[in-house]
Amino acid sequence: MTRTRGIAWYTILIGLSLIFIAPLVWMLITSFKTTGEATRVPPTLLPQEPSTHAYDTLFAADSQTPVLRWFLNSLLAAGAQAVLILVVASMAAYALARLEFRGKKLLFGLIIGTLFVPVFTLIIPNFLIVDRFGWLDTLWALIVPGAAGAFGVFFLRQFFLGLPRELEEAAQLEGANAWQIFSKVILPLSKPALATLAVISFLANWNDFIWPVYVLFSPEHFTLPPGLSILQGAYTIDYPVIMGGAALASVPALILFLITQRYVIEGVSRSGLKG
Amino acid sequence: MALATASAAATRQDAPPGGRIRRVGIATPYLFLLPYLLLFGTFVLAPAAYGLWVSLHDWDYLLPGKPFVGLANYHALLDSGSAVYEEFWQSMRATGIFTVASVPLLVVVPLGLALLLNRSFPGRTFFRAVYFAPYVLGVAVIGVLWRFLLDPNLGAVNGLLRAVGLPSDTPWITGLPWAWISLVAVTVWWTIGFNAVIYLAGLQDIPRELYEAARIDGGGKWAEFRHITLPGLRPVLVFVVINTMLASSNMFGQSLLITQGAPGNETRTAIMYIAEKGLREYNMGTAAAMSYVLTLALLLASVIIFRLFRDRDAV
Repeated sequence: MTRTRGIAWYTILIGLSLIFIAPLVWMLITSFKTTGEATRVPPTLLPQEPSTHAYDTLFAADSQTPVLRWFLNSLLAAGAQAVLILVVASMAAYALARLEFRGKKLLFGLIIGTLFVPVFTLIIPNFLIVDRFGWLDTLWALIVPGAAGAFGVFFLRQFFLGLPRELEEAAQLEGANAWQIFSKVILPLSKPALATLAVISFLANWNDFIWPVYVLFSPEHFTLPPGLSILQGAYTIDYPVIMGGAALASVPALILFLITQRYVIEGVSRSGLKG
Repeated sequence: MALATASAAATRQDAPPGGRIRRVGIATPYLFLLPYLLLFGTFVLAPAAYGLWVSLHDWDYLLPGKPFVGLANYHALLDSGSAVYEEFWQSMRATGIFTVASVPLLVVVPLGLALLLNRSFPGRTFFRAVYFAPYVLGVAVIGVLWRFLLDPNLGAVNGLLRAVGLPSDTPWITGLPWAWISLVAVTVWWTIGFNAVIYLAGLQDIPRELYEAARIDGGGKWAEFRHITLPGLRPVLVFVVINTMLASSNMFGQSLLITQGAPGNETRTAIMYIAEKGLREYNMGTAAAMSYVLTLALLLASVIIFRLFRDRDAV
């Protein structure tokens, strides 16, 4: 009785899993097919003539679609932004969680309020501002403006509020100033939260689509998401190439997620609930 | 509390030496905030105001003159004789259709999934990660992947249907209502894990004693769900509904990459149209006005949802 129920239970769970995983596996398999085989009707399950044609095309030195370059750009932009967010958000969150100052409530309300403003409202004026800084078509446009988001500050503030005060007070008695307390006590205690925020920020930037599509113009400055959209235009029927590009954009994100999934999922749920 | 007194003492500058007193210079908190506030001011507050200014001008990015036109850009959106009226409202309608079709599914289906995963069984973490995995991928990947899978002639979806003997000529990305069904289904597949995880966290916050009490009272599963689970989830539900609505009404990438707005401009969403006007045709005054109209509509909808949930005693 319980045994059959257990079997039914796992059948449902595994069946559902297939729905989520199969499309991703199909993407990977297709990227190793020849152009002809990828569009064969009926489709073949496994590549009959496995081919690296897709990756050869993507990595060709004279490619109009420099995927390797996009990959590195994505890595650089997402990495730099994650670092920037960690620095500015942790400092601001420390002030908001642990220090008293005039206008604190108002400021916090203002920052949190912007969580509810659709990103798109700001995209046109931000385009103009980024243009004034001379950042259009550069990675600066991808790194800096996005670090102004409220999420990191909010997320770290919640975490800092939960830290015990004793260590801080002990440091204070020994004459530590606010900066020392922040850097020597608070930050070391917050490694899990900082790592979670770093991963979430990295993934968000790695996947960002609408902003890079409009602020980057030259293919050599693209990141992977806008790159994928021009791959789709350039290789309309060469699906292995498009799927190869998509795989290059997904595999690092999936690996990062697999390694850190507990933290990512917890971070998402915790921040979501308090929103 | 202690903090407030301590800081009051600190600002008086005559706090006794030693003791458990927080001594922080008046400028210290602001110095900590400075780097973030510079970014926040430049890329959040300033653009919010600047966008309003732009929307009051005939702001063609490529032309030197940007004459002030007052509310003309807004007026044009409401004037059925204007050049943008038709297309703008069609795109708003597309956004509306997508939002109305996707939000109920994105609220209910992940709840079912969360209830399924809320029991303890071996492999729970594994399955949770599997269902969450697509959400980790960006819309660009999701878009090009499903464009391929849904291709009416070559795609695996019709291929699979053919293999099991079902009709396999459905125009998933080129016909109506199929294009909408595809966009909604792909979005559910992509983002289901996010809401499910938020529900799961909410479910774990409901005290177990409530369920035990209900069991003693002899209520069935359904009664338990109605009288304990749903009320317990109410704050989470408000968040999920509003957050999902905002996300759905910002839909853009799926349409751009999967249906490319087809058939006609039926699946071209408001954001897609605004981006086209503002960032492709550089007609930024009009586009800015449109984005404020959209934002206003969303704020209004959020307030209404918030009220609806708050004013009712039980969900």
